[in-house]
Amino acid sequence: MLLIRCPYCGERSEIEFANGGEAHIARPADPMSRTDEEWAQYLYMRDNPKGLIAERWRHAHGCNRFFNALRDTRTDRFVMTYEMGRPRPEIDAATAAEAAR
Amino acid sequence: MQLSHSEFALAPAAERRRFVLQARPATLDVAARALGLGDTFAMLAAAAAGAVTALRLGPQEVLLLLDPAGADDGLSALRAGLAGVAHSLVEVSDRQVGLDLSGALVEAALASLTSIDVAVAAFPVGMATRTLLGKADGVLWRTAPDRFRLEVWRSFAPYLSGLLDEAARDAVF
Ligand SMILES: [Zn+2]
Repeated sequence: MLLIRCPYCGERSEIEFANGGEAHIARPADPMSRTDEEWAQYLYMRDNPKGLIAERWRHAHGCNRFFNALRDTRTDRFVMTYEMGRPRPEIDAATAAEAAR
Repeated sequence: MQLSHSEFALAPAAERRRFVLQARPATLDVAARALGLGDTFAMLAAAAAGAVTALRLGPQEVLLLLDPAGADDGLSALRAGLAGVAHSLVEVSDRQVGLDLSGALVEAALASLTSIDVAVAAFPVGMATRTLLGKADGVLWRTAPDRFRLEVWRSFAPYLSGLLDEAARDAVF
């Protein structure tokens, strides 16, 4: 069973959560001033990294809150979760290596 | 086989009016004081005073169960306390029902439906949370060491009572 730590409820099983895609993607404040390419970049283009990704999750069958998580896409290991609105945390090399293991 | 009442029993809960209150955490603190339930609703916990029981299901959400006899007084106190403050208070009495689960097998029956740890060390008396039971959402509230209240949407009730009954029978063997 893969456990995910909800910042509000603590560790719960993966089946209680819904993935919300990559985190920290800011909607342009004035969409009309964007070119089609820039708008497409915002709408569709994602990093899809092999390694650590910051993504949104929602505790859909719990407290219903969105939060952010750092996960290694190769191992599915969650390094940490944090509240929406906070910047992406810096992760030291040892922690990143452990997540990739 | 037939289970004895002390092993597992499932009964409709006493009649309650139900409301979902959603607001910013600071506003929920105001609501707690207005209802005489302390300075804040503790997360994932139940609090009760008079006709009102409140279950804090998330940073922004409280489920209120009101005894019909004193519901109006509780609601007016709440509305007075929250006047002019942004919040959402929605009655869900018709949507939701309560089931009282009790008996020595209650933990075993619930454990076969949900992924959360329902042992008393991890899920103490007074704790309340929404979780997934089988394929249905439900709010689980431990009211005594061998007693839980399950709050579910009305149409899920036959599905969940059937599953719980089966699970309790399975737990005997
Ligand atoms: Zn949660």
